[in-house]
Amino acid sequence: MKLRIQYAIVLGVIAVILPWLLSDFRVFQLNLMLVYAIAILGLNLLTGYGGQISLGHGAFYAIGAYTAAVLMDKAAFSAYATLPIAALVCLVSGVLMGFPALRLSGHYLALATFALAMAVPQLLKYKGIEDYTGGVQGIVLDKPQPLFEFEFLGKALSEDRWMYYLVLIVTVLMFWLAHNLVNGRIGRAIVAIRDQPIAAGALGVNLTAVKTITFGVSAAYTGVAGALGAIAVSYVAPDSFHTFLSISFLVGAVVGGLGTIPGALFGAAFIQFVPNVADEISKSAPWAVYGAILLALVYVAPGGVMGMINKLKRGDSK
Amino acid sequence: MNRKLTVLSLAAGIAMAISATSAFAAKYDAGASDTEVKVGNIVPYSGPASAYGQIGKAISAYFKGVNANGGINGRQITIISLDDGYSPPKTVEQARKLVEQERVLFLAATLGTPTNSAIHAYMNKKKVPHLFVNTGAHKWGDPTGNPWTMGLQPDYQVEGKIYAAHILANNPNAKIAILYQNDDYGKDYVKGMEDGLGDKKGMIVAKASYETTDPTVSNQMATLKGSGADTFFNVTTPKWAAQAIKGAAELGWKPTHYLNSVSSSVGSVMVPAGAENGIGVISSNYFKDPADPAWANDAGFIAYKAWMEKNMPGENIAEGFFTSGYIHAAAIEKTIQQAGDDLTRKNIMKQAASLDFGNGMLLPGVKFKTSATDFFPIENKQLMRWNGKSWELFGDVLGPK
Repeated sequence: MKLRIQYAIVLGVIAVILPWLLSDFRVFQLNLMLVYAIAILGLNLLTGYGGQISLGHGAFYAIGAYTAAVLMDKAAFSAYATLPIAALVCLVSGVLMGFPALRLSGHYLALATFALAMAVPQLLKYKGIEDYTGGVQGIVLDKPQPLFEFEFLGKALSEDRWMYYLVLIVTVLMFWLAHNLVNGRIGRAIVAIRDQPIAAGALGVNLTAVKTITFGVSAAYTGVAGALGAIAVSYVAPDSFHTFLSISFLVGAVVGGLGTIPGALFGAAFIQFVPNVADEISKSAPWAVYGAILLALVYVAPGGVMGMINKLKRGDSK
Repeated sequence: MNRKLTVLSLAAGIAMAISATSAFAAKYDAGASDTEVKVGNIVPYSGPASAYGQIGKAISAYFKGVNANGGINGRQITIISLDDGYSPPKTVEQARKLVEQERVLFLAATLGTPTNSAIHAYMNKKKVPHLFVNTGAHKWGDPTGNPWTMGLQPDYQVEGKIYAAHILANNPNAKIAILYQNDDYGKDYVKGMEDGLGDKKGMIVAKASYETTDPTVSNQMATLKGSGADTFFNVTTPKWAAQAIKGAAELGWKPTHYLNSVSSSVGSVMVPAGAENGIGVISSNYFKDPADPAWANDAGFIAYKAWMEKNMPGENIAEGFFTSGYIHAAAIEKTIQQAGDDLTRKNIMKQAASLDFGNGMLLPGVKFKTSATDFFPIENKQLMRWNGKSWELFGDVLGPK
């Protein structure tokens, strides 16, 4: 236990100092990685703990992003205030989507959510809402400016470093909430439904309610990530959220390790950085390289990165 | 008197010394040195629009050839071409990588309207040239609002104006019907047509739009035919363009048909529409179609063919994307050449805004021409008519200059 606290302190210090050791561009990449980590964590609650496959979380990411963007652009909201609203909007849309969709199970749910992922980018182009969404052109946003000037290690507190701390605080909060959720009563119910739905029902767990809430919470996480992503990139357009984004989240969740909380960080690092590596290796077939790396990883670490770490730990203690 | 003279000669001496230093010492911003100029490029090598990746490959191959011949003004040109998968957030990341990490002198030929929109503000805030963006939207040519961004190809509004001029010259009493895609691309074309007609705007008797989610445009076509129009301006992307051409034939409607160049592809529009149905349709182009046998003995095409064989061996010569890359690369080369030893971002922008030259793959009479107030390098096009097998160019080169 003491060792764990020491680890946590060391990690915390690194997380706080890290942006001052890196260039603005690297900090920006780190921001995106943390944003993806929140989205993947949301998906992991549903898929890893709840056992429901969603191929549609890119849609909630898009809804979160557009909620933040429209509020900032049309209603002059501050960037910070958009986050809880994005969470709420996505929670509601997640529940609305989840309630009918969860009557489908397994592959059918995957297909239903996939349909959502395909539909949302096109719906965002719909001309009836174009005055708000900017149509195909999207919306250009202003980045939140640092509230004070500060210098450390000869580097100024830039927009990206400011953004990093915002993203970091939200990430820590979301991970802490997720940790409490899965280790509590509801978390046990979610896992019980995944493993033994009939037994869980017999024990008095309301299957539909728990499943629907899980879906809603999962969507809310992804929506917060979407809002943060929109602010970090300071631009949204329907083309930002094509179907592949949803699949990337699932890839991240599996690579990081399904049913683990820290796994989301590794999964996020994978979907953020591996495409860049692949692009540097081959211009002709970057996705073939990506696919090869993914295959190798799934083969070497079938339980994801966290699965491998846990295996090594157990190996040590023997 | 004498004293005045001393002061004068002193001033003259200082002036000469200053001009001498500026003439000899090279000036550099990030990305340029005595031996190298770094240029960034972003195209989708992956994802749904990966066909455009061919353009990036052609640009890289072009500068490999330039470097093999000694580079430009003794400097090697390094093209750093990155993949964004046609996803705007990725474009932002890659543009920042190129500017902040790779420290390129400027970005050029970045592809796509949403992707370039995502970095438009960033590039202008950073004051890094964002040149020859590969999209036809009108907004790239805005020297006062966004002085660091410039397009290349004739924009959609210019093309609309060209058709308007042709209508006014050939059928001043025309009744025009317009079918357009309901987005910025479609509206740009309609605006060009309206501006081109000027106070004769009343000639437009009907307008109908469609969404990219609509399965067909047959209702719109029936409405437009019912308006009694004798001229049809078809502002649609390939799938709907083919439907509209076919639909007009099925309805027995035979207007003078102007088709936007976005959909002038033989393989994906004219043939699926029924090659016979499209006979007489008018469109336009600004470069030589490498698939057109008419250019076989043309000096510019022969040079292009030799370039392809040397720099992109084994690739399909008929592929138009390579031609697009070739033309964009030529503009980049010329800009760096003109900048001489003053390789600052300011001077790159100044040189890009003072281009006046031709290229072997542009149609005769079409050239790159820019000025401090004109950020539209190519503004001329030639009309062409579908004869049932191929496009036949006709008439003079049209456009503003």
